[in-house]
Amino acid sequence: MDVFSDPANLQLYIDGFLMILKLTGASTLLALVLGLLLAACRVSPVPVLRAFGAGWVHLFRNTPLTLVILFCFFGLYSAVGVEFSDDLHINNYWLAVTGLSAYTAAFVCEAIRSGINTVPLGQAEAARALGLTFTQNLRLIILPQAMRSVVAPLGSIVIALTKNATIAGVIGVPEASNSMKTLIEARGDQTIAIFAVFALTFVALLVPVGYGFSALANRLMVRR
Amino acid sequence: MRMKRLAAVAAVALLALGAAACGTDTETPSTPSGESPLVGKATAGSLKFGVKADQPGLGLQAGAAYEGFDIEIAKIIAKGLGGDPAKNTYVTTVSANREPFIQSGQVDIVVATYTINDDRKKKVNFAGPYFTAGQDLLVKVDSTIAGPEGLDGKKVCSVTGSTPAKRIKEKFPKVQLQEFDAYSKCVEALANGTVDAVTTDDIILAGYASQAQYVGKFKVVGKPFSSEPYGIGLKLEDKAGCTKINEILKESVTNGSYKAAWDATLGKSGTPAPTLDVSKLTNCPA
Repeated sequence: MDVFSDPANLQLYIDGFLMILKLTGASTLLALVLGLLLAACRVSPVPVLRAFGAGWVHLFRNTPLTLVILFCFFGLYSAVGVEFSDDLHINNYWLAVTGLSAYTAAFVCEAIRSGINTVPLGQAEAARALGLTFTQNLRLIILPQAMRSVVAPLGSIVIALTKNATIAGVIGVPEASNSMKTLIEARGDQTIAIFAVFALTFVALLVPVGYGFSALANRLMVRR
Repeated sequence: MRMKRLAAVAAVALLALGAAACGTDTETPSTPSGESPLVGKATAGSLKFGVKADQPGLGLQAGAAYEGFDIEIAKIIAKGLGGDPAKNTYVTTVSANREPFIQSGQVDIVVATYTINDDRKKKVNFAGPYFTAGQDLLVKVDSTIAGPEGLDGKKVCSVTGSTPAKRIKEKFPKVQLQEFDAYSKCVEALANGTVDAVTTDDIILAGYASQAQYVGKFKVVGKPFSSEPYGIGLKLEDKAGCTKINEILKESVTNGSYKAAWDATLGKSGTPAPTLDVSKLTNCPA
């Protein structure tokens, strides 16, 4: 375990997990917003929007995340020229966030859509009978009930996203799995110890998140 | 009851970790006569070499077969130990798993652009060096970068966690370092202009520059800023094997097989064979 007694190595470990948190934080927010919009598209009365939502979900849910992230670098940045910053590292961070959000939004969309299906049809019909438009109906009647029933699945998605953030390492974002590789390269004799520390840190980070979401889901559940 | 269940879960987790930790047995390395166990394995045709699989000219996996200078060196060693080079088994190693592979016995000998250094010497034994490389830069043919001093603010690519990447971070902190998991991605990024240079050992860069699809596009700057003696890794306890391999290397210079190995692989790009300084084969512990 003496790998981590070296302050430089300890810093590498801390920086790696801080980067995971930064990636997860930004991607969670973006994915939630995007996923909500996509879900609205998928249940909307406009065929073009429905097709767009369905297309997005099928494309991103069925593509390996590594490919999505690599595409963000070699496609979006290298070929198309999308550049967030002159600084290579800031640029890579936002490219990774873009990929993670686009990918996770597909799952968020499907979770919310399943939540919408839990709202009894009578609710939407009553709202329409009262003269609410589609948007009003969604915003005031359907989504408030739907969102409360999908807290637990959204929790699973956030947990998966946190672990998926390690894939940002393929385009050189200095996150935890890259720190782990660097440490293993330097201390090949302690591979198992290093591996165990990183694995357990993820568990320690995510177990409370899981419990938190369960508690929240219980409190917010619509009791019918 | 609850405690018991927790304990059981903990025990299972520990077992799983333990199973991952112990790959293979630890056999006694030397026979009483002081002969290396490698000789027996060579005669039986069961030598396992750890080599790189993604470095053109050095160790490259093409289909099921491996090719490159490191592979040729492995063949010379197998022959010198009294075995049949055609019976060699090659196992892909990456930089991070070379020591564990040797220590656990998953491979007998590592010939994989393996830089000899003091940290590694604590874990494995090094015969050689059979080649001395140096960290250099690969740039586009029309690039104005003439050495590491001209890199400030430039984008330079290397492999995550590798020694060259570490050296760039420490010695040239103004360089913007792009890290990928393989040099092939770095070379691709160099080809499409995303990065300004790729850095690692000159011999590896030369291998990429001589790949068919990149011929005439890249050049190696030719100002190495480090010295990387490549060694042949084997078990720490196997002192006899280390000395034996050094003798084989000396022999390969005199009988011309070293030069032949070079000419068949890296020499194809036109670089003449280096002279192997046999006076430097001194890494074996006495």
